[in-house]
Amino acid sequence: MKRLSRYRRHKAAGPALLIFALLAIGTTFSVASATVKASPTSFARSAVIDEGKQIFLKGCSSCHGLNAEGGAVAPSLIGVGAASVDFQVGTGRMPMADMSQQAMRKKPVYNAEETAALAAYVASLAPGPAIPDDSVLNYERDGNTAQGGELFRNNCAMCHNFAGQGGALTQGKYAPTLMGVEPKYIYEALITGPQSMPVFSDKTITPAEKLSLIKWIKAAEAEPNLGGATMGRIGPVTEGLLAWVLGIGLLIGIAVWLTTRAR
Amino acid sequence: MSNELVPTDDSIAPAHAPRSTDINPKAEKRAEQQIAILFGLSALGSLLLIYSYVFVTKDVFIFIPIMGNQNAQQLGIGIGMAMSLFFIGIAAIHWAKTLMSDVEVVNHRHEFRSSDEDREEFVKTVKNGVAAAGLGRRKLIKRSLGVAIGFFALPPVLLLRDLGPLPKKQLETTNWKAGTRLLTDPGNRPILASDLEVGAVVQVLPAVENEDERPLSDIAKDPVLLIRLREQDFQLTPEKLAMTHNGIIAFSKICSHMGCAVALYEQQTKHLLCPCHQSTFDVTRGAKVIFGPAARPLPQLDITVDGEGYLIARAAFNEPVGPSFWERNSQ
Amino acid sequence: MTPVEKTIGNAANFVDERLGAAGWVKKSLNKVFPDHWSFMLGEVCMYSFVILLLSGTFLTFWFDPSQRDVIYNGVYEPLKGLKMSAAYASTLDISFEVRGGLLMRQIHHWAANIFMAAIVAHLLRVFFTGAFRKPREFNWILGILLLTLGLVEGLFGYSLPDDLLSGTGLRITSAIIQALPVVGTYISFFLFGGAFPGTGFIPRIFTLHILIIPGIFLAVITIHVMLVWYQKHTQFPGVGRTEKNVVGHPILPVYMAKAGGFFFVVFGVIAFLSAVASINPIWLYGPYTPGQISAGSQPDWYMGWLDGLVRMAPPLETHAFGHTISWNILIPALIVPGILFTGMALYPFIESWITGDKREHHLLDRPRNVPNRTALGVMSITFVMVALINGGNDILATNFHLSINQIMWFSRIGIFVLPPIAFVITKRLCLSLQRADRDLLLHGSETGRLLRLPHGEFVEVHEPISAEKAFLLQSHEEPIALELSEVDSRGVRRPGALKNKVQRRLSKAHAVSVPKVSEQELKEIEHH
Repeated sequence: MKRLSRYRRHKAAGPALLIFALLAIGTTFSVASATVKASPTSFARSAVIDEGKQIFLKGCSSCHGLNAEGGAVAPSLIGVGAASVDFQVGTGRMPMADMSQQAMRKKPVYNAEETAALAAYVASLAPGPAIPDDSVLNYERDGNTAQGGELFRNNCAMCHNFAGQGGALTQGKYAPTLMGVEPKYIYEALITGPQSMPVFSDKTITPAEKLSLIKWIKAAEAEPNLGGATMGRIGPVTEGLLAWVLGIGLLIGIAVWLTTRAR
Repeated sequence: MSNELVPTDDSIAPAHAPRSTDINPKAEKRAEQQIAILFGLSALGSLLLIYSYVFVTKDVFIFIPIMGNQNAQQLGIGIGMAMSLFFIGIAAIHWAKTLMSDVEVVNHRHEFRSSDEDREEFVKTVKNGVAAAGLGRRKLIKRSLGVAIGFFALPPVLLLRDLGPLPKKQLETTNWKAGTRLLTDPGNRPILASDLEVGAVVQVLPAVENEDERPLSDIAKDPVLLIRLREQDFQLTPEKLAMTHNGIIAFSKICSHMGCAVALYEQQTKHLLCPCHQSTFDVTRGAKVIFGPAARPLPQLDITVDGEGYLIARAAFNEPVGPSFWERNSQ
Repeated sequence: MTPVEKTIGNAANFVDERLGAAGWVKKSLNKVFPDHWSFMLGEVCMYSFVILLLSGTFLTFWFDPSQRDVIYNGVYEPLKGLKMSAAYASTLDISFEVRGGLLMRQIHHWAANIFMAAIVAHLLRVFFTGAFRKPREFNWILGILLLTLGLVEGLFGYSLPDDLLSGTGLRITSAIIQALPVVGTYISFFLFGGAFPGTGFIPRIFTLHILIIPGIFLAVITIHVMLVWYQKHTQFPGVGRTEKNVVGHPILPVYMAKAGGFFFVVFGVIAFLSAVASINPIWLYGPYTPGQISAGSQPDWYMGWLDGLVRMAPPLETHAFGHTISWNILIPALIVPGILFTGMALYPFIESWITGDKREHHLLDRPRNVPNRTALGVMSITFVMVALINGGNDILATNFHLSINQIMWFSRIGIFVLPPIAFVITKRLCLSLQRADRDLLLHGSETGRLLRLPHGEFVEVHEPISAEKAFLLQSHEEPIALELSEVDSRGVRRPGALKNKVQRRLSKAHAVSVPKVSEQELKEIEHH
């Protein structure tokens, strides 16, 4: 399996590069026409931005370009906003370990402060979605589980599976599991549309609805196993496997015992 | 090396070695005790079931390694039932194996073919019967019988006619008409073109009279997926491009293959994937099928904005949505 | 006379004076059943059917088979206040508000999965051992009928709760019906009571699921078992076992105790599975609405291979004269399975046509001794397995970090390439095993002990095998190819010469085997 997966990565490197390149060019285009520039308001803020810039130059610029304008393998970060940086860096997806199909969640390289500095720096380049603060994220108070479930099945379940366990996309890409993902990151993913994920605008899924979504995901996560071991909550495939292996397997074992002569 | 005994017939009887329970009274006693214990375990299981049913409430959960948090009542009733059944079975089999006779006996088979006399007699009886009925001679009866049986098959089929209405044009039409507003699903809110940023998707339904009471048969054909791309990403024919609005393109969400909801939109590749059978549609090329079993692109809805800036349909779908059917004119 | 014996005696007397039953009951009780673990697979089927009847009856006490809209107001918080069908709501109530209800639902579903698995395992046993041969062809066909009924019954069963997953399955079912040329649209509208999802399908399949199909099941199973009873069970070859007898345990008491005990074991194992492992957690799927879908929507395993075939089908449709024919649905969902099941049902007759063997067979074949049949079986399994793997391609992709596109291409090519390869390998393997049997018979079994001969050569000591084993290895018949000439005695081509030619060719290919050890060879060995 390992060899196969390495081979896939190797083979897919070409198309992936192409996609990144196209994205990079495209995004640069659209940002070039943007006119609004954010201006730092205080000295402290600009110090944080400077720190973020230093980290950026060291850790990110080799792919994303010295001015975050993007490069051959990575998209421009101008206008992606602080939320996007917080999501990508905070979940360890960036910096990317290798040029695989898709960046996966891993242990973050930067600590919270460094991530915040990076986010501030990128946010200073052009306006974009901001990091939601904790007062916004009070999903326990503002969310509605049942409504969230309906929204989830309409907008999320087709990729992330009915119970948020994740699912397959084309060409080896995948929608990751939502179990154990912090509410902040779910929210940021919804408003920034990282990687394959589309954006869910605040106008079409309101912030209140987003909180309901998070509340439902958290409820699914915390739900005890009502009917016994869940086998991954991925539907009938594992059920069929268990019926054969444990069910028929056990019964054949007993049948063998039943039909052998006692000594 | 010798190989003296290679029997070619059934002259050798299977050797019957006695079991330990046949010759050793102690072993026999032990087997008896084992069987008693097994029956006892079964009774224990029944008690566990009764206890769990009566005394354990629904909201008690216990943690079990590997399996996670389990509902105690469900687990108690289940394990109790499993024990009470399983051990009765095991006890009975153990009993049969150790204490009942294990001497194999022989039954003889008979050939299934009847004797020649019987077969002759049978043929004669049938022939006599047919002759007595006179079916061979009475052509009129024979023919009218054939007609009656032929018609006889029709009523039962006809009686099923009222199971459902005739299809009429139901598969060809949806609730989308010129000027129908696009409403979010769920929420039923109208959408401004500016509400969607690049890379956004939203599932919409048509504005109808009573939006909270949509029949499922409408939801089976009305859902539409709105996707906003950068306009330069489109590789569409001029007609299809004219059906988009400001980079927003609208497709039927019902798969043209088997009718599942196609909604896995990959923002980077701009592909739509159907989770049922993995048909993949390229959004930039008008939902052209680039992989999988679907044979037709997803129908595209012609959209524009009304006076207030809300997204509306400029026209109904120009082809039937959803899976193919015999009467569909796909040319 | 003990009181127990007296009571039994009185009861028997009472019945016999009215029914005269003593004669055939006595005869029946003397029936013997041969012992082999694989003979219990059919019993697993029958017992899980009984379990399905029992648990299913329990479920009907609370289930409301209606597509009427209700607002859920039960105990399961994440669905409270949502609109759903009464069928779904009542399934939630069975799961959460009836004590033991969820357990019964899971018993019913696990039993169904095991029922189908046991049918397939039983079918494979019968196929590979040649138990379907004359006089048991009827029973083989009844078995195929039961398998087909099981597929339909299972589909209806898991569709009843009307959750998002089962609704998706029905959506696909309706698309298959719609794809039928000419009548499809009408049949779909009649069955569903209107445009999909209609209002009639759940109550209608409920009636079929709990009444008509189980009724047919019961009748066919009864005939199936009665035929086994009447024709007596087949047996594996061995010392003392012939085509004219059957060796085993008498029905009373040993077989009855074992088989009766085994019913409880099967029930116990299914109850255990249902206690510890969740199946079809419908509350997580949510109520069905056609606009929603979940990633990894799969049918139950026995339908999975059909779904896999549909997934790998090429995007073919014919558009002509204002009509559409969906080959991408018709071929994988109806035509291929149709050919497969018809071929399976006719196989006993096809094989006997090829071998020209019209005799009765009660001794089973060892699979290696009929290489072509065994290879054909493995080939079919390979076909279904490739389809089944593709049916779960998204699940495999996420769990093993593969690409669905790669698995799909693997399956699209594999479905044509792998079954023939499996055929060739299995046939080779069978012949190798025959050769090994022959060696074993001629030279005995290897002991692993080495002996140095005076002139320095090392040889391994072989021990002669037991007489029983030797008998078993020599018990099969060598196949003989049919001799059919295309021309009659005067050199004129016979009518049906082509048919004869095909038959002769097939017969020749079928009759391949490693020659049995001859008397001559045995004598020679004795002289060594």
